[in-house]
Order: sequence, then structure tokens, then C-alpha cells
Amino acid sequence: MTDVSYVYGVARDRDGCLDEVVADVPGVADAAVHLVRSERRPDVAVAASAVPAADFNEAALRTHLEDLAWLESVARAHHRVIEALAARTTVMPLRLATVYLDDDRVRAVLDARLTAFDRRLADLDGLVEWGVKIYVDVTEAEEAPPEPPAGSGREYLRRRRAARHAHEDVYRAVEDVAARVDSAARGYAVERARHRAQQGQLLTGPGENVVNDAYLVPADHAEQFRSEVEGSARGLPGIRIDVTGPWAPYSFAAPPDSEPTPRSAGP
Amino acid sequence: MTEPDAPPAAPSGALPQRQVALIDLLDRLLSGGVVLSGDLVLSIADIDLVRISLRALIVSISAEHPSPWDAALRPTSDVHYPPSADDS
Repeated sequence: MTDVSYVYGVARDRDGCLDEVVADVPGVADAAVHLVRSERRPDVAVAASAVPAADFNEAALRTHLEDLAWLESVARAHHRVIEALAARTTVMPLRLATVYLDDDRVRAVLDARLTAFDRRLADLDGLVEWGVKIYVDVTEAEEAPPEPPAGSGREYLRRRRAARHAHEDVYRAVEDVAARVDSAARGYAVERARHRAQQGQLLTGPGENVVNDAYLVPADHAEQFRSEVEGSARGLPGIRIDVTGPWAPYSFAAPPDSEPTPRSAGP
Repeated sequence: MTEPDAPPAAPSGALPQRQVALIDLLDRLLSGGVVLSGDLVLSIADIDLVRISLRALIVSISAEHPSPWDAALRPTSDVHYPPSADDS
């Protein structure tokens, strides 16, 4: 059976120890993971797996990607490899399901982009990504002691009005919370990325997701970052902050396009 | 970030194995990550593949984050330019 090269990410291999790191991690389709290196710069490597062409060609992917179970298994395997690398070094994740004909093609792509990869890996050194999601849950805000059924139309309208005001209050409050969260987060973060608010069947937890951001934060400020962000909605019913991470810098793998990257201390 | 010998990405145990929520992972893997055009897929850069198929499940797929990498690496020939998305 023909194999093709599935690539996970670009990693810095300072001391040549990464081969061992990926050796024990099962990749997508349970394939072994290995490193493809540039001949010019052995410290920049791409993690790759040989996967069956039959499952990863365009037509097969089109079909597979409609299968949530398949998508999940590939996504989790991809993530497993990235996490293993991120625990040891700086890694720049590649987008899901990037596939090349063989390792020679991977090497050619690595060679062609070596400078850009090297620069971004230097930027990302020592930084981790945190996800910050803000949810509004109006049912929680409305929660009041149960009242007897409305006896009159007027009573009914009064309650409807009160409920509407509760909604308005929560949505007003969440804007303040979002601003407070962002300001707390930026005290530590060097970059922010915004994801679209989450919707749909995969949504976890109660409430409506209104903010879905990611921040790139120095690893040694992780705990302060988390506690300040989480504290920003304390005591506000109906507003929930969910901090996830630390993640490898998925949302920051490509350099920011608008604002200049703070290139603090290059190597 | 200035200590050259410090463990680079994270202090030990900072990225513990844990089951992350699939939706959070897909946000990152389908709209984050470096976009290179592969040889075999039209590249998931044009997430259209997924966006169409799984729209009901995953609507966070990003039309707003096309690929800054494209601009950064424009001179290279096989960088993929995703078609502009027609999201409503």
C-alpha cells in the first residue's frame, strides 16, 4: 500500500533529543511519528507520519471529514503529537490534515520556509496559549424563588418585563466583564487571537458563548494569568468564564497579520 | 524568554495529558495552525471541505482568519490561497 506523509508541526530540536520524544507517541491512523529535518538547519524539524494514501488523498479526506468520529480521532492524534513536542520544546502546529506525497516533499517545503519557521519558533519560545471563553447564561441570572403562577395578565406582563430586564442587565454586564478580562489578560499576554464564538452541537456547558479568545502568555506567568482572568467575573450571576490550557500555540502559529509581533528577545 | 538554557516551551508538567473538549481542539486545528498547501489535499486551508460538511457541528471555522502565513510567505510558489469564504 502506498503511503503519504502527514505532517503535524514544526519544532525546535536544540539537542537532538526529539526523535526519542516522538518515537513513543502514536500518530494519526496509529502510525509511528518521525522527524524530517532540513539539511541546512538540523535544529528545525517537522514531525511527520507515513499514513495510507488511500485514507488521506483528497477524495478520501472529503468523505472522512464528514465523519465526526474520524475527524475526532485524527484531531486527537494530531494534538497528542503536538502536546508531546510542546512538553519538551517550542512547536509550531500545522493545520489539521496537511499531507505531502513523501518526506522529500516535506523536506523541500521545510527548506523553502526555513527562515520564516525559524523566526516564528524564536518568537514562540517560552510562550503558551490559553483559551478564554465567556458565557452568558440568562437562566441562571433569572433564577429567583419560584413564584406562584401568574394570576392575572398584568402580573404576567410584570414578570416578563422583569425577565427582560434581567437579560439586558446580563448582556450589559458581560461587556464590562469582557473588557475586564481582556485588560487582565493583556497584562501578561504578548498576543491575542480571536476565534469565532462557539455554537452548534459540540458546544459544551450551559449558556451562550459570547467570547472565544486565545492569548499567548509567557509560561512562567501561567498561574497569575489564569487566576486574574478567572477572577474577572466573580460574583456576577449569569456570566461564566472558562479558561482552557495551556495549549501549544495553535492560534499563534502564523505570525499576526495586523499588529507587529513583539520580538522581545530573539536567540 | 531570555534564558537560553531554560526548558523552552513550558516548565515541567505544564502541558499535562488531559482530554480537551473537541470543540476547543477543532477551533485550533481548523482555524489555527500554520497553513501550508499539501500535495494531496486542496489543503484544509480551504476549510470549505469541513465547513460545508460539518457546518451544523462546527461553525467556528474561520473565514476571518484566512492565512496570515500566505502573506508572510508570498514569494514561495506552493503557498495556497484559500478562496474567500462566503459566510453569512
